[in-house]
Amino acid sequence: MITMEKTLLDLEPGMQGTIARFIGNPGFVRKLRTIGIREGKNLTVVTRHPLGGPVVIEVDGREVTLGRGMAVRVVVDVAA
Amino acid sequence: MKTVVLMGNPNVGKSGIFSRLTGTRVITSNYAGTTVDVSRGKTRLPDGPAEVIDAPGTYSLTPTNPAEEVAAEILGEADVVVNVVDATNLERNLYLTLETLERGVPAAVALNLWDEAGHQGITIDVDGLEELLGVPVVPTVGLSGEGIRELVERLGEARPSATIQPMSEEERWVAVGRITGEVQKIAHRHHTLADRLAEASIRPTSGLFIALAVIAAAFLAVRWIGEGLISFVFEPLFDLYTPIVMRASELLGPGILHDILIGRLIGGEIDYVESMGLLTTGLFVPFAMILPYIVAFYLILSILEDTGYLPRLATLADTFFHRLGMHGYGIIPVFLGFGCNVPGALATRVLETKKQRFIAATLMSLAIPCMAQIAMVFGVLGPFGLQYVVMVFATLALVYVVAGLILNRVVPGECPEIFLEIPPYRAPDLRATATKTWMRVRGFVGEAIPYLFLGILVVNLLYSVGFLDLLAAAFAPVMETWLGLPAGAAVALLVGFLRKDLAVGMLVPLGMSPEQLVIAVTMLTIYFPCVATFVVLLRELGARGMLAAAGVMVTTALLVGGALRVILIGF
Ligand SMILES: Nc1nc2c(ncn2[C@@H]2O[C@H](COP(=O)(O)OP(=O)(O)OP(=O)(O)O)[C@@H](O)[C@H]2O)c(=O)[nH]1
Ligand SMILES: [Mg+2]
Repeated sequence: MITMEKTLLDLEPGMQGTIARFIGNPGFVRKLRTIGIREGKNLTVVTRHPLGGPVVIEVDGREVTLGRGMAVRVVVDVAA
Repeated sequence: MKTVVLMGNPNVGKSGIFSRLTGTRVITSNYAGTTVDVSRGKTRLPDGPAEVIDAPGTYSLTPTNPAEEVAAEILGEADVVVNVVDATNLERNLYLTLETLERGVPAAVALNLWDEAGHQGITIDVDGLEELLGVPVVPTVGLSGEGIRELVERLGEARPSATIQPMSEEERWVAVGRITGEVQKIAHRHHTLADRLAEASIRPTSGLFIALAVIAAAFLAVRWIGEGLISFVFEPLFDLYTPIVMRASELLGPGILHDILIGRLIGGEIDYVESMGLLTTGLFVPFAMILPYIVAFYLILSILEDTGYLPRLATLADTFFHRLGMHGYGIIPVFLGFGCNVPGALATRVLETKKQRFIAATLMSLAIPCMAQIAMVFGVLGPFGLQYVVMVFATLALVYVVAGLILNRVVPGECPEIFLEIPPYRAPDLRATATKTWMRVRGFVGEAIPYLFLGILVVNLLYSVGFLDLLAAAFAPVMETWLGLPAGAAVALLVGFLRKDLAVGMLVPLGMSPEQLVIAVTMLTIYFPCVATFVVLLRELGARGMLAAAGVMVTTALLVGGALRVILIGF
């Protein structure tokens, strides 16, 4: 399967992808990983709130809300 | 005596297990960050009595907010750690488990939410996990108490893990993946209709409608239950009580004792709001005017908390709260603050930075009246017409927003974004809801009644020595010229530092117009927190932070009061 890299923020609601890597310092990476957002996991975008609002994703059957500034630093592989 | 510390990720059921172990009830709710401070209790282990500590939840031992700091710190006190793990989410929870075991502290693992894991088709090889971790592992259901006895028995075997040695962060993640892979099996699960409905409450448009409906329903339910309790329970009780106090009044005759116990008779009758005696106003205000709404509010709050709706509301409200320098989770201090500002102030610990906590705490003190005060506002202003009550709350809402927008600009510091796990929806457990409501109501009775009595006593004493007249005279310029209120309102503001509900009641005998009452009641909310909240804020914000917050409060009170006066009364 051919995949391409996108940031989580570029994914439309309903789209799925595989978490590839994070852009940020170790503290940021740890924060994401310890809440369950880890490299290699599949994620689904549940919704993206308007007016700069947060993104809600689902990983391992659990939903997590994260701000856009964080979402843009999560790199995801999606089917091209 | 041994110290047992409960450690684990947020919202995995630590507080529930704590209650089971110690018999000491603590608040549990279905969202991350319910516990923000440690609770201590006692239990009996096979080898003797032990102290048990319930810590806030944390994802790792590198804390990201003050609640997590408390957890990381308290680990140092542990002789034994009970690591509470969410069995439906093993992989994520194991990181903290490994970090804890690497410290070399004797430990046992409670695989909690074992019932839900079963329902979700998740199976965990408990013996295998025990072998890999090198410490006892016991499946538990905190809600029903299943497995707690075995957990206690096996705490005797808790010892430092022989299999888990200190490792680097990357190695730890590899170990987490390896262990999970070896012991866990998940039956594949399809999305159900319930999942889709649940998602509707977190999407922008459908979520907004649901939020409005939920808030409206909650508000109506509180009013309806509160009013019902008043007219069917508490007023009839006081109707029975009145002849008894009247008799007591006759027996006592005039004098200082009568003034303190019964207070002033108004037209030869007891006026439960104005008489100001310990046995009249002192009982009527807390029991017949406030308590019914406290019961109603906490019942509804418990239901909101236990379903898991609040984090979804936080997600919907995030964009708004972000403009005010917080993020969506700032809604937690608001909700708790409506009950009582003290837990509201503590709940600011779920916010990450000093700036966010300062703004959340200051805005709450400015514009979130507690239920006791709200009940009195309805009781005192309601008879003049609901529009006056609306004026008060509309002003406070405006203050919350405008002050937030300004503080976000002028307060230095960072505003990290929202980062929040959304818990699964759960049907509230009837018994758990009833117990939680009862705990909070009992807390109100235990704390409010002594203060109310003290307040009434102080007012009576200060009146009799003439101090309050002096005070009123001193503040007359501000009160009369700036706010358009009678000088006596200054006394109510002073009493407001003790109890705001009592202070609202003290406005009644001043014979003010409804417009003046609106101003006075609004001032009473904004100008300063009550002493109980003040003490907590001082601890949470520090002396400098509190001083700054107080400056904001007094300034806002004067500006808003002056503006209201011009709008409602004219020059
Ligand atoms: N079904 C089920 N629900 C549980 C169980 N244990 C706890 N709960 C529920 O899970 C939610 C969280 O429980 P708490 O005890 O508040 O969790 P906590 O770990 O103390 O959470 P924080 O203080 O926020 O870290 C509550 O709604 C509980 O009723 C369990 O074993 N089974
Ligand atoms: Mg707790």
